[in-house]
Amino acid sequence: MEGKIVTEGLNAYFGEVHAVKNVGLGIKQNAITAIIGPSGCGKSTLIRCMNRMHEVVRGARVKGKVLLDGKDIYGPATSPVMVRTKVGMVFQKPNPFPTMNIYDNVVAGLRLNGERDWKKLDTVVERSLKLAALWDEVKDHLDASGVSISGGQQQRLCIARALAVQPEVLLLDEPCSALDPIATAKIEDLLFDLKDKYTIVIVTHNMQQAARISDHTAFMYLGELVEYGDTKKIFENPDKELTEKYITGRFG
Amino acid sequence: MNTFEVRKLKNELASAAALACVILALIPLMYILFEVVKTGAPAISWQFLTSRTVGTGGPGEGIGNAILGTLLLLFYASLIGIPVGLLTGIYVSEYGNNRIGYTIRFFNDVLANFPSIVIGLLAYALVVDLMRLGFSLIAGSFALAIIMIPIVSNTTEEALRMVPNSLREGALALGVPRWRATLKVVLSNGRNGVATGTLLAIARIAGETAPLILTAFYSSYWSASLTEPIASLPVTIFRNYNSPSKVLLEQAWGAALVLIMIVLSINISVRLLLRNRTSNGKREVMKTWKARLSRKA
Repeated sequence: MEGKIVTEGLNAYFGEVHAVKNVGLGIKQNAITAIIGPSGCGKSTLIRCMNRMHEVVRGARVKGKVLLDGKDIYGPATSPVMVRTKVGMVFQKPNPFPTMNIYDNVVAGLRLNGERDWKKLDTVVERSLKLAALWDEVKDHLDASGVSISGGQQQRLCIARALAVQPEVLLLDEPCSALDPIATAKIEDLLFDLKDKYTIVIVTHNMQQAARISDHTAFMYLGELVEYGDTKKIFENPDKELTEKYITGRFG
Repeated sequence: MNTFEVRKLKNELASAAALACVILALIPLMYILFEVVKTGAPAISWQFLTSRTVGTGGPGEGIGNAILGTLLLLFYASLIGIPVGLLTGIYVSEYGNNRIGYTIRFFNDVLANFPSIVIGLLAYALVVDLMRLGFSLIAGSFALAIIMIPIVSNTTEEALRMVPNSLREGALALGVPRWRATLKVVLSNGRNGVATGTLLAIARIAGETAPLILTAFYSSYWSASLTEPIASLPVTIFRNYNSPSKVLLEQAWGAALVLIMIVLSINISVRLLLRNRTSNGKREVMKTWKARLSRKA
């Protein structure tokens, strides 16, 4: 299998619960890959394995390989901290740091790792907020608290924050599920623009969203990868009956 | 009466009962404050605050050395107690999901409810006797620090547990090492709770008397030496109250008023400090940033 991120025989557990079962998946570079499936099917767990955030949860374990550019991120020579700077993540609920202002939120990843060159930070703030299509809305009050802006703006702030550390891959865990349709549209446009520079993986409950923005779609059910392919094919002519049933809304 | 009116009546009754309980709880507090101010205020004068205790009830006496003693005891006890308590609390909350964490939590709870005189005895046995330091400022500070540690640790732990997990994950997902995420994100978000807990601990030890009788003891002289006995407000109150002299009794009330003022002012000043620090950002940097923007425009 080929791709920016490749999983081989990936299994993830929460204590005794087997959440992801033997998944092999190749995420293509500079494309948007959507992961769909009913609640509890292991979509979020799967992407959390891709930047070693799964192991942050108590009692969680991972077996198998996740290759980033051909190198196993669970190998002995790699640290989770290094992996996470290359593979950024945006969460379901916007989580800007409440004690920091907008400026500090954007460069949190750099400042918390000791970057003190304010000129550089200034440039990063402007570049990241522009990439996240938030610059025009917040440029005049960068010293306002990160939680003083609307939910949709907060989520774009979180995307800017993730982009500020210059990752190669961006994982998004249902980033629009707490947002209204207008904010959702803005984020979708943004992701579309970002895919030239980044490899994007998005977990979503919303099948229309997957169909609209993704190039490839993976369908998961009960922890297993049922089908993976071009979005067009998955939505129009899936190989598996289960996929068709889910896409057409007959279960899930 | 229809159902709605019954509900409304019940609601009003419950509110009234709650209000009555609040007032009932406030009466003793207000009474104490009133009594302390009424009886203690006449004793307060510049000379009273700046002269040392002689203990005879004669003219020209004060509680200056006891005020200094209490402040020094609070300072040295905080110097030991706050860092130890804070780090323990951080450990238990952030890294303590294991047997060590549970054990620390258990002993913290036991220690927090320990009779303070027993802690005084421990400090006496350890510092006064075993280490041969005698009745001293260091022994008193040690005893007070031991009382502080579980309070600071427990409130720190609770404050950090209130910090949503999403913020920890947000920081970790940026490639921030866990210890930095803990210090800069978790602690920063829980700092109000941590500061409140620390204040509570200082307020609590400011009034401790029993352990000080066994450790710092008492002195009627000016002293700041770590190895000498030292006066403190609570012990001064205790001694004066046991004397038949009316003047000394009045001095005890004056000392009580001063003690309450010290506790109140610590409380208020830290709260003010926290209110003004709502943002982590460097304000000067924001200014230069704004200046840059206006230059561009």
